Amino acid sequence: MGVLGRRIKSAETQRSQPHTWAQSLASRHDMGGFSIWYIIIGIGVLALLFIPMSMLLGVRYDYTLIVVALGGTLLGILNGVLGSFAVLRRQSLLGDALSHAALPGVCVAFLFFGRDMGALLIGAGISSLLGVWFIRILTQTTRLKQDVAMGIILTSWFALGVALLTYIQSLQTASQAGLDHFIFGQAAAIRLGDVVLVAMVGGVCLMVVIAFWKELKLMTFDLEFAQANGYPVRFLDAILSLLVVIAIVLGLQLAGVILMVGLLIAPGVAARQWTRNMAQMLTLAGIFGGFAGGAGAVISGLDKNLPTGALIIVVAVIIVFVSICVAPERGFIWTWRKRQADAKHINGGGHVAD
Amino acid sequence: MTTWALEIEDLTVAYHSKPAVWDVDMCIPEGVLAAIIGPNGAGKSTLLKAALGLIPKATGHITFYGKPYAQARAWIGYVPPRGSVDWDFPTTALDVVRMGLYGKLGWFKRVGKNETELAMSALEQVGMADYAHRQIRQLSGGQQQRTFLARALVQDARIYFMDEPFVAVDAVTEKAIVAILQSLRAQGKTVVVVHHDLQTVTEYFDWVTMLNVQLVANGKTAEVFTSDNLHKAYGGKLAFLNDMGVEVR
Repeated sequence: MGVLGRRIKSAETQRSQPHTWAQSLASRHDMGGFSIWYIIIGIGVLALLFIPMSMLLGVRYDYTLIVVALGGTLLGILNGVLGSFAVLRRQSLLGDALSHAALPGVCVAFLFFGRDMGALLIGAGISSLLGVWFIRILTQTTRLKQDVAMGIILTSWFALGVALLTYIQSLQTASQAGLDHFIFGQAAAIRLGDVVLVAMVGGVCLMVVIAFWKELKLMTFDLEFAQANGYPVRFLDAILSLLVVIAIVLGLQLAGVILMVGLLIAPGVAARQWTRNMAQMLTLAGIFGGFAGGAGAVISGLDKNLPTGALIIVVAVIIVFVSICVAPERGFIWTWRKRQADAKHINGGGHVAD
Repeated sequence: MTTWALEIEDLTVAYHSKPAVWDVDMCIPEGVLAAIIGPNGAGKSTLLKAALGLIPKATGHITFYGKPYAQARAWIGYVPPRGSVDWDFPTTALDVVRMGLYGKLGWFKRVGKNETELAMSALEQVGMADYAHRQIRQLSGGQQQRTFLARALVQDARIYFMDEPFVAVDAVTEKAIVAILQSLRAQGKTVVVVHHDLQTVTEYFDWVTMLNVQLVANGKTAEVFTSDNLHKAYGGKLAFLNDMGVEVR
């Protein structure tokens, strides 16, 4: 495909290529003249239109909704950026295993410390990390392939979590209510304090990504080369795993262990369609994730019984679908039109050879 | 030959207790183009990876210019096999080459103009300057291989290791890559290539290591690239070689 287009492109003049994150963002010549600023502005306009539209439809912007929408936006940004690493490293299923593996940790933490959010999240994180560790041990010491190991750990941890949850619900404690929301998420339970926590921890996570940017990028692209050049790949891998676990654990309240992987992966997949630059991809993923998180939360404000987590995922998947259809160079429509144009050109304009 | 660019003693590597490389002693002098050859499953890539610490070794002692890997790291350039990365990754050829400079740059430092210039000149050396801003998926196999080569060139190493650089590369690109390797040799650098095409061994390489799990031969091409040694390495599979016009002594 695209032989002619390629030739034309190779004739493009040499431009000084951006080399830092900030300069990459400023690049207007990425996808054959297509700039990601169009998308950034587009999403911004969409977000601005969204507020009056939702008000017309009867969404009441009360304190609770604003807090939930803010939390959803921040978690969407964080998961979009960090989830992009999982997308690029082809570790989507690992993300799914990580989130499922959090459930028993939540339950055990509840049994010991009661309904203390900090304890629940730390329990979730430890449980997730234990899950990854087990997956690693299984793949290294046995001949099991990684997908099999993940399948085993994902289901067994989740089963253990469900068993513990059922046991907890049989206990006569009033405060147990709400624990089962960790399965599908319960955004309405998000408090302002949680949002502040997400903002602070998320900010630190993003700063770590920027600080180790080139090392993380190199490792994500070519692990073998990084290893041969003496980069501490285990350390970097641990950092990335830890960041993803943090993003997942923070997002559990919103999306729940089952849907969490959608929030993690979908923004990165959508962003991947629009750019050929990793910094731009992560930025776009953050924007898509943030939009999905905020919009999903607002839509769920239409009715008390609407599930916030599920709606956020639906918005994110719509963004993925639109991206796969219309993105330049990679999208269905672009590819189809390109093929048509090439065929026309080859046949000398009009003489279709069939 | 006094300085060995690479010296390996008693190297054994096993996958799940099945030996892939068994008790290999070998050495490669400074300033040569060396080929590691042997049949499929002979452990060529395994030996290379073990030497670079990419996979654990059961036993063995490896030195580069007399120093262990940890001290010699900055002298080593590595070109992984092309299939080891995702070519759909969102990055350009120029950016891939700049990755070769990350190590020298150090932690927390940003890539700047200087790095871009070095990377561009390496791309020029391999004839890829026009493709610098191409997304790597849009490059042909040969261009991808040359991008990897440019990334190793910017590292300015003393010894280069390449895993099957001529796989799925057309004849013209192959000659271009060989010319670059020869210019590296002219600068006194050492190049070690895992190679599978016996027909080109005598033409390209002045040092050969023949491997079939165990070491078969190690020395100057003129001395060790003999039908006797090839029979030892390739066994019965070698009968067709004469028909293919491989020149052996």
